[in-house]
Amino acid sequence: MVESIFRPFASSDALKSDRTARDRLRHRQKLKAAIRENIADIIAEESIIGRDRDKVIKIPIRGVKEYRFVFGDNHGGVGGGAGDTQPGQVVGERKSGQSEPGRAGDEPGLDYYETDVTLEELIDVMFEDLELPDLERRILKDVIAERTVKRRGYRRAGVRVHLDRKRTAKARVRRMKSRGIGEPSLEPHEPLPDAEDASEKPRFPFINDDLTYKKLVEDTKPESNAVVICIMDTSGSMDSLKKYLARSFFFLLYQFIRTRYERVELVFIAHHSQAQEVSEENFFYKGESGGTMISSGYNKALEIINDRFHPAHWNVYAFHCSDGDNFESDNQATLRAAEELCDLCNLFGYGEIKPMGSHFYESSMLELFQKLERPNYQSVLIEGKADIWPSFRAFLSSERRANAE
Amino acid sequence: MTNWTVADLEDWDARIRERVGAFGLDCFRQEFELCDYQAMLGYMAYHGMPSHYPHWSYGKAYEKTRTLYDYGVTGLPYELVINSDPCLAYLMTDNSLCLQILTIAHVYGHNDFFKNNFTFASATNAGETIGSFKARADRVRRYIEDPSIGDERVEQVFDAAHALAFCISTADAVAKHIAPRRERPEPAVVADPFADLHKPLEIEEPQESFPEEPTADILAFIRDHHPQMEVWERDLLDIVDAEARYFLPQIETKIMNEGWASYWHHRILESLPLPHDVQLEFMVRHNQVVCPHPGSLNPYHLGFVLWHKIAERHGEDAIWAVRETDRDASFLRRFLDAETMRELDLFSYEPRGDKLVVSEVSDEDHWEDVKRKLIAQVGGGTNPVIRITDADFNRRRELYLCHDHDGRDLHLGYAERTLQHLHALWGRRVLLETRVNGKVTRLAYDEDGFDARLVV
Repeated sequence: MVESIFRPFASSDALKSDRTARDRLRHRQKLKAAIRENIADIIAEESIIGRDRDKVIKIPIRGVKEYRFVFGDNHGGVGGGAGDTQPGQVVGERKSGQSEPGRAGDEPGLDYYETDVTLEELIDVMFEDLELPDLERRILKDVIAERTVKRRGYRRAGVRVHLDRKRTAKARVRRMKSRGIGEPSLEPHEPLPDAEDASEKPRFPFINDDLTYKKLVEDTKPESNAVVICIMDTSGSMDSLKKYLARSFFFLLYQFIRTRYERVELVFIAHHSQAQEVSEENFFYKGESGGTMISSGYNKALEIINDRFHPAHWNVYAFHCSDGDNFESDNQATLRAAEELCDLCNLFGYGEIKPMGSHFYESSMLELFQKLERPNYQSVLIEGKADIWPSFRAFLSSERRANAE
Repeated sequence: MTNWTVADLEDWDARIRERVGAFGLDCFRQEFELCDYQAMLGYMAYHGMPSHYPHWSYGKAYEKTRTLYDYGVTGLPYELVINSDPCLAYLMTDNSLCLQILTIAHVYGHNDFFKNNFTFASATNAGETIGSFKARADRVRRYIEDPSIGDERVEQVFDAAHALAFCISTADAVAKHIAPRRERPEPAVVADPFADLHKPLEIEEPQESFPEEPTADILAFIRDHHPQMEVWERDLLDIVDAEARYFLPQIETKIMNEGWASYWHHRILESLPLPHDVQLEFMVRHNQVVCPHPGSLNPYHLGFVLWHKIAERHGEDAIWAVRETDRDASFLRRFLDAETMRELDLFSYEPRGDKLVVSEVSDEDHWEDVKRKLIAQVGGGTNPVIRITDADFNRRRELYLCHDHDGRDLHLGYAERTLQHLHALWGRRVLLETRVNGKVTRLAYDEDGFDARLVV
């Protein structure tokens, strides 16, 4: 009879070493590299502005395939049926085109899966991709909002540093009086009683009820509120590269504003020939094609500012991204609305996104806006991702100028 | 919660082994190791080997199985058994007693097959399996730790070698008739009586192709004939090649092997008195394993049916010889007949538009066609056959390969990237002649990248 051995399960063995750890780590690194290669497409599709950094998002990865010689999909195969298969019967879907190889039988041919990435990781990759200088990167990442507090009243509980000594001492005195225990000496330099004296004079220590703390409340100043109004042309011509550029610019803007104000609201306005306030997800969806009337977007922004974000209480930052297309007839209205925006906003910006030199032959709003002579207006031309950071800096320097005036 | 103890398993194992002996199965010594699902995931990533060299692709395999398992897309296999002597099998602690019994019986079926089928016997040395995997892993780790080689270069060679791992010739049923090595004709020397006064002799190089015979063993060829490869690189190619050769018999005998193990777990458990609840669960589990998968082919099912047919038609004794001398292609060719094919409702299908449409069913006129197509897609037929025909193409040491086109085109995107890997290994231009949409096409990869053009 054949021999056999049983090795019982020992959970300690399983815990002792995870030999897949190294290979999983390396795989993870390769994934990250793949993400880096596709960052433009990912950011163009993912909502990142104003989200929690720990949020985990799923992104599809095609980067780390293992290639070998395999058959394509121009051939059929053999299968088994339920018993009454007839020629001409449809038995399945062909896998789309040449994209994924079909393998006969055993293995799911798809070498395509999603991976979890935190927003933090994604933003890191984006900063690398945009070649943000390290120092600035840190400023944008570590949000140091300026917070102020003021004293308002007292309370019984609190941390020791907030202890109000004077009131605490008074409370003790009051308690002594009420008990009829002799007057404590008010003599500031009373000699310390020596050890024998101490036994004669009963001690009267502080108790918890004496302790009084200062109460601090957060001080909300009207200047600590800001709203970022993102206006974008969503007419058909905004493709995923343009969306990536626009989104990363809006993102930087939002991050920057966040470093300076305590409370930052976001408003997204999508426009083509009409404007609409939308969520971030919808903001980056491709709108229907058709004409573009920029004034519609500006008017919507004005409406929202007047409704909800009165400049007396809010710092308003409006930024508009477009590829420069506008109805000729709308230009005057646009200019008027832009002037109004400049009046209400701390900063109004216009970014024209024209990848790969297309500004040479396409129409542009930049010329029109040159007539807009306001110190708090700034325009940038973004031709590629390399322009994002310099134009962002130029944009901010104009804000500093505006503040100085 | 499980309803068994290790003592129970040992007890059932003893009863099963008694049946194994009585039926005449011829097994290696058997070792079972109990593991939880996490350890199982780990073993699966490394093909069950207790020791294996590292590479990110195994991390990827792990993550993938794990994701599928976590999301409940697939279960884990009941068992994992590796072809070695002693035969090593992993049992999952989460499984019920019935599943353990079924699995143990199933494992002995595989064990017998490993020991006796010619593809395993000729291609692998079961006694040294574990040891040689370990030795290879140790060598790879040494290269990784060697500061003059390092992690990155080892990974690059593996990336390329893995792409070509299964470009190997299938196991030979009969030891190939090795032609006496043809003498390379001596260069024709023009006799010169005044040799010491004249310039060097004119030598007429023989117009001889190299390799003499086309070879499908691409990695082995590069290992042996690349003029500038370092020793460790050759060793890495050898490691990948050896591992592929170890796995090839499993690919070539998938239907027979799974069918054989299912046939025997069925017979063994039928012959044992089982408690009622175990008996009921067994019937359910067994049917899950060997049920047909409409629209595709379940190797367990096809193999199980065929082994039964063979025992019915040719008698009990016939199966022993068949399990020794066949592989999937010959197994189907010899024993799949029109009647069985109709029973299994086998059909062939073709892509039409974006649908797969049945083209032929196993009726009187077409069953042979369907059978021919089936045989082409099983076993070694899952991989395209590609041979090196000229290693000195254009007299520039370019590597020329021919795809043995059997009606199935290559996936061009994959071919491009695989050629890129081949180019990385060979260092000169690599060319692959194949047919694309019926036209002879030459794919090429060199330092300028990929190129595909029709051959006129």
